[in-house]
Amino acid sequence: MSNTNYSWKNNRSLFPEADETGKLVVDLDSQKYIKVWQGPNHPGVTGNMSLELTVSGDEVVEAKTHVGYLHRGFEKLFERRRYIQCFPTCIRMCVPEPDTNEYNLARGTELLGGIEVPEMANWLRMIALEMARLQVLLRMVPGQAGTMGLGLPSQWGLYYRELILDRFEELTGGRIYHMYILPGGVRGLLPAGFKKRLEENLVKIESFMKDVDRVIYANTVFKKRTKGIGIIPADWIDPYGVTGPVARAAGYERDVRKDYPYLYYDQLDFGVNVEHESDVFARFLVRRKDVDTTIDLLRQIMSKMPDKGDIKAETPNVLHWKIPRGETLVRCESSRGEYIFYLVADGSMYPRRINLRGPSYAHAVTLLEKLLINANISDVSSIMVSLATCPPEIER
Amino acid sequence: MKEIIDHLKKRFPVYEIGEGPNGVILMSVEAAKLVPMLTSLKTNHGYGILVILSAVDWLEDCKFQLTYIINNPDEKRDLGIRVFIKREDAEMESIHSLWEHAATFQREIKEMFGINFPGSPRVDEPFLLEGWDNLPPMRRDFDTKQYSEDTYFPRPGRETNDPAEYMKQKLYPDE
Amino acid sequence: MSDKQQNQEDKFLAPENRKHTVIGPEGEEIHVDPLNDYFCQDLPKVEAPYKGILEKFLNWARAESLWVLAFGTGCGSIELPPLFSPRFDAYRFGVAMRPTPRQSGVLIISGYLSVKTLKRVIRSYEQMQNPKYVIALGSCTINGGMYWDSYNTINRLDQYLPVDIYIAGYMPRPESILSGFNKLKERIKNGDAEGANDYAEKLDWYKANQKKIIKDWNMPSYNW
Repeated sequence: MSNTNYSWKNNRSLFPEADETGKLVVDLDSQKYIKVWQGPNHPGVTGNMSLELTVSGDEVVEAKTHVGYLHRGFEKLFERRRYIQCFPTCIRMCVPEPDTNEYNLARGTELLGGIEVPEMANWLRMIALEMARLQVLLRMVPGQAGTMGLGLPSQWGLYYRELILDRFEELTGGRIYHMYILPGGVRGLLPAGFKKRLEENLVKIESFMKDVDRVIYANTVFKKRTKGIGIIPADWIDPYGVTGPVARAAGYERDVRKDYPYLYYDQLDFGVNVEHESDVFARFLVRRKDVDTTIDLLRQIMSKMPDKGDIKAETPNVLHWKIPRGETLVRCESSRGEYIFYLVADGSMYPRRINLRGPSYAHAVTLLEKLLINANISDVSSIMVSLATCPPEIER
Repeated sequence: MKEIIDHLKKRFPVYEIGEGPNGVILMSVEAAKLVPMLTSLKTNHGYGILVILSAVDWLEDCKFQLTYIINNPDEKRDLGIRVFIKREDAEMESIHSLWEHAATFQREIKEMFGINFPGSPRVDEPFLLEGWDNLPPMRRDFDTKQYSEDTYFPRPGRETNDPAEYMKQKLYPDE
Repeated sequence: MSDKQQNQEDKFLAPENRKHTVIGPEGEEIHVDPLNDYFCQDLPKVEAPYKGILEKFLNWARAESLWVLAFGTGCGSIELPPLFSPRFDAYRFGVAMRPTPRQSGVLIISGYLSVKTLKRVIRSYEQMQNPKYVIALGSCTINGGMYWDSYNTINRLDQYLPVDIYIAGYMPRPESILSGFNKLKERIKNGDAEGANDYAEKLDWYKANQKKIIKDWNMPSYNW
C-alpha cells in the first residue's frame, strides 16, 4: 500500500459527501461514522487536550480540537502582578521548556525599562537556553518513536535528559522550573567544574544518539509509519503561522537565532537544518539534526565565554519599578518554534498587557484540524507529537 | 522601510508612527481602513505572516486597542498596526480570509474580551472556558480575585506577608 | 426528575446525548435516551471493612499494587514520566501506569485544576473501581498555590474529591512523589485511606460543591 493514500488532497475520501457549499455531510445516525473523543484522558494525546474525531472505519473524516483544560488566566493574573512577580507565573506557560519564557519576559522588561545586560550574563543565558533546548529534544526525538509503540528509546531518552536536568539543578537549584534569567542578568555564575561535567554528559549523549539512529532512524517500521504521513504543503506555512522545526521540515530556512540574532548567536557558527518532505519523518530528521547542532553550540559557547564578569546589571527596586509607557515585541527560538511576547507598559508598576504566544498556538489548533483529515486514527498521536503540541501554551 | 511608511501614509490615514524599543515599527490606523491596509501589505509588500493579534483594554479611555503584528520573512521586519475601537458592542472586521490561523486569535479575543468578529469560523464556540456566565474575564472591570474568593472556597490561614506592602511603608511612604 | 429540570440540563447536552430516534436497518424506530441507557445511575455504597486479619491481608494487597491512571491534569505531569524511567523506577514499589480508569486504583491530580478539567477528573474518578485513592500533587491543589486568585482554577481539591495524600511543592520532585506513594501505602495498611467511603458517605455535599462551579453540568449526577 502506498503511503500517498494518507496525504490530504482536495478530493479527499469520497465516503462522506460534500454539499453545495463544500461542507461535509456527516450524519452520525447513518451508522457509517463513529465519533471518537481522543483525550483529555488518553495516552495518545500530548498533554491535556482533546480531539473530537469523526471516523469512518479507521480514517478520520472530521477533526475538531478542544483546548482550555489548562487555562489558568495568566494574562489576567499579570494585571495584578508587578513585573518581577510575573516571572514565576509566566515560565509555567510551557512546562518542558520554561527558559525561553524567562528570557523573553526578562528581555522585554529590559527593553522597556532601558537596562543594558552585562556580557557574562548574556553568555550564561545562552548556556541555559541551549541546555533547555537539548533536554526537550532528548525527550522529543525518541518520544516520536514512543507514539508508535517503540517505548524503549523514549525510556533511554528520559534517562539522558536527567543528566541535563542534573546540570540545571547544579546551576540554578531547580529541576524543571529554574527562574535563572531575571531582568538585568542571571542569578549566578557557573559552579566550579560545571563545564567539565557538562562536557562529560555531552559525550554520553552523543553516543546515545548513535543508538537512537540505530534503533529509530534505521528502523523500517518507523519509516513506514512516518514517511508520507502528516504532510504540510509548503504554501500552508505562512497562512497558518507555522514556525520552527515544522517550517524547516517544509524547506523554509527560518530560525530566529539566524534571522533576528539575539544574545551572541551571531558570534557562533551553526547552520539551519532543513528538510523538504514536510512529513512526520522529515520533522523527526530536523529535530535529530538539531540535537547535534545544539551539542555543538553548547561546546562553542563554553569555549568562547569569559570566565568572570558581572552577571547582573543595576536595576531599580524590582518591586517598585515603574516602567515607562511603551510597547515591544520579543521573540526567541525554542526547540519547538518561535516564542513571541507582546508587552504593553502603561507607566505603572503593573504591566498593562503581556500577550504570550507559543508555537503550538498556530500548530495545534487550526493546522492540526486540517492535518488530521484523512489520517489513520493510529497516526493521530504521532502527528501531534511531530507538531510538538504543548497545550499549556495554547491556553495559558 | 521608509518607502513602505511613505507609501502607507499616502494611501491610508495612519498616525502615531513610532519605533518600539526593539526596532518594531508601530502605527495606528482607523478601524475601517485596517483590512484594505493589511491586504495591501500582504499582497504587495511581502508581509505574509501574522505574528500576533492582541487586544488591550484601555478602560480609562473607554476603548479597546487591537494590535496586528505582521512580519516580512524576506526582509525580516515586523510591522505593528494598532486599531482603536469603542468599548460598547465592540466589533471588528475578521481577517481569517487573509490568514487561516487568525481565526484562533479572534476566537480567543471574542471569549476573553467580548470583541465580536462576525464571520470568523467557530468564533461563537467557547475556546478556553466552559459554562462561563460572567463578564469576559480579560476585561479590566472583571475582578478575578473577588470572583475566586466568592467561588472557590479559599483555604483559611493564608497570611499575606507581602514584601511590596512592607517596602512601600518603609521606603515609599508618600506614594 | 421533573420536566422543567430535565429541560434545564438538556440545554448543555451535546446533540448526540439528547433523546433521539434511530432508524434501524429494517426500518424500525429505536428510541434512545443516552443518559439513561448508556450510564448506570446507581449511587456508590460505603464498604464496611472486613474483620481482623482478613482486612489486614486485603490492605496489604491493596497497598502493594498501586496502579496509577495516566491522566496528566497539570504541570506536575512532567515529573511522572521520569518517575517510571530507569532513574527513579517506581515499578519497584508496585506502582505502574494504566491508560484507563477502569484498571487503575490511584488518581494523581498533578497540579492546578481548571474548571473544565475538574469535570473530566470527577468523571474519571467515578469510573474507577474500588479500592481507589487520590494523590494531590503540588501546592496548587492545597490552597491554590500561585493561582490562588485565578478565575478558572480551583483552590482546594478536598472540597470536590476526597484526597488521601497531599504532596507539597511546586512541582514535587520524583523523590518526593515516591515518598508520597510510601506514605499512602502506610495509610492503606493502617486502614486510614478511606477516601472512597468518604465520597460515598458525603456524596450530596461533594456534588453540591461540584455543581456550584461546574455550571453546565450535562452528565448524570453520579456516572460510572
